[in-house]
Amino acid sequence: MSTLVIVEHDNQRLHPHTRALLGAASRLAGEVDVLVIGHSCSTVAEEAATLEGVTRVRWVDAVHYSDLLAENLAMVVAQMAAAYRHVLLPATAFGKNLAPRVAAMLDVAQVSDIVGIQDAEHFVRPIYAGSLLETVRSREPVGVMTVRCSAFMPVGQSANAAPIVPFSAGPDMGVVRLLQRVRIDATHPQLANARVVVAGGRGLGSAEAFHRLLDPLAACFGAAIAATRAAVDSNYVGNDCQVGQTGKIVAPDIYIAVGISGAAQHIAGIRGAKLVVAINKDPEAPLIRLADLALVGDLHEVVPQLTEMLQR
Amino acid sequence: MKVLVSIKRVVDYQLQVRPTADGLAVDTAGLKMSMNPFDEIAVEEAVRMREAGIADEAVVVACGSAACQDVLRTALAMGIDRAVLIVAETPLQPLAVARLLKVLALREAPDLILMGKQAIDDDAAQTPQMLAAMLGWPQATFASKIEVTGMQANVAREVDAGIEIVQVSLPAVISADLRLNTPRFASLPNVMKARRAVIEQIPAEGTGVDLAPRLETLSVAEIPTRPQGVRLASVKVLAERLQQAWRALQ
Repeated sequence: MSTLVIVEHDNQRLHPHTRALLGAASRLAGEVDVLVIGHSCSTVAEEAATLEGVTRVRWVDAVHYSDLLAENLAMVVAQMAAAYRHVLLPATAFGKNLAPRVAAMLDVAQVSDIVGIQDAEHFVRPIYAGSLLETVRSREPVGVMTVRCSAFMPVGQSANAAPIVPFSAGPDMGVVRLLQRVRIDATHPQLANARVVVAGGRGLGSAEAFHRLLDPLAACFGAAIAATRAAVDSNYVGNDCQVGQTGKIVAPDIYIAVGISGAAQHIAGIRGAKLVVAINKDPEAPLIRLADLALVGDLHEVVPQLTEMLQR
Repeated sequence: MKVLVSIKRVVDYQLQVRPTADGLAVDTAGLKMSMNPFDEIAVEEAVRMREAGIADEAVVVACGSAACQDVLRTALAMGIDRAVLIVAETPLQPLAVARLLKVLALREAPDLILMGKQAIDDDAAQTPQMLAAMLGWPQATFASKIEVTGMQANVAREVDAGIEIVQVSLPAVISADLRLNTPRFASLPNVMKARRAVIEQIPAEGTGVDLAPRLETLSVAEIPTRPQGVRLASVKVLAERLQQAWRALQ
């Protein structure tokens, strides 16, 4: 029994959710190996080696892995994965893109977006935009799974660094290449691991109002900015801020929703939030009913007042 | 160029689903069924490629029971040329669907396969990537823009950090995200015409594909409800409560 964890990184740093991904791996019996695959990514391998519970780091480094494209990565991962009982990836754009490709190459079913691990065969996952939880049993020889990292406890540091074992690269498929990466908003903290999130919906009315009202409020907490699909569709903010069934799933300590009525698809993305605060003029809005703290009022008046009080 | 679009019939996105009384499955009895919204976007994209002269044929396929004919007819009414139903009366999981689609892809030899990035029932988001792997084709998932030039496609992908633009060689599998387009409503004459269209039916059993589910659903439960929240009387109270919560985090 052993687990292979495919970690997400940018060739320089591990993604912050990696500790929680390893937290999920620790719920499974046996050794935990981490696969770091990329280009010029030795610092990532070294960082991974210091994390609690890691038995060894397997490190694959080649120029055709620099953009982390699934076609090339899957060749290596599938070859390596066959020797493991479980293979875990984060349920992010990176992991969701790669995991099914690996599973198909191994001819096994994949389990998506797990939020609970009962034992080696039983997993809990949300379905229907998170409105239901299903418990599934997988008896596949290799259990390939994507993990909703916000649902698991992060591991800490290890006293002794795990050994780093280089592994030979696979072929370059040459069927896909990255042309451009457009990072939309780098001024706010990353949404995925922010402790406080300030989110806006179409109730803000314009991109100008969105930023004028929410940026100062977010600054009070060093909070990340989030948005509903409707707000992203209206170009208030970029798609990297979208939270919900088809966007990011977040689980901050405080989630402040401004002008968000609360479509089921949006609520699906914030169920893990500890304290949900909603500001909306509609007392019947689903999010006002769901919130731990709800304030019914005109956000254009309330938010500046709130920000001013918090700044004091 | 030939485009194949794969669609799934799911519980309509506006409906709330519940577990069955025994808690063993999702209760879908009597609920309105529709085309998976993400697949509708894939259909729209294929129709636009057809209208723009980029594609000279667009074929739609669904895998499932005879009831799937309704969503196939919706796709035909939107402007797809031809429909195929791979008939399976037992529920199919993504791995089996990908295998069935591979069989059809080998017969139809499309240059591009389009489908939604996920189905809104199981939220698995697996079938496109699995199919691409089985065919040995490149994949471009979560697409918000597709530009086909010759035997290449430039695809804008919605990823966590923003947008990533990749160039894939064709044939390829592309999965549609929400912002790729806004699907049209079919006109009444087209709906009437689609009603009379002949849908080719292929029995899944005859394909030699292993259809057996690999994952067993043991139970389905509603998510735990949050405790009742409080309505605050003023902005001042909200500011105080937020400051309390914030201090508790430090």
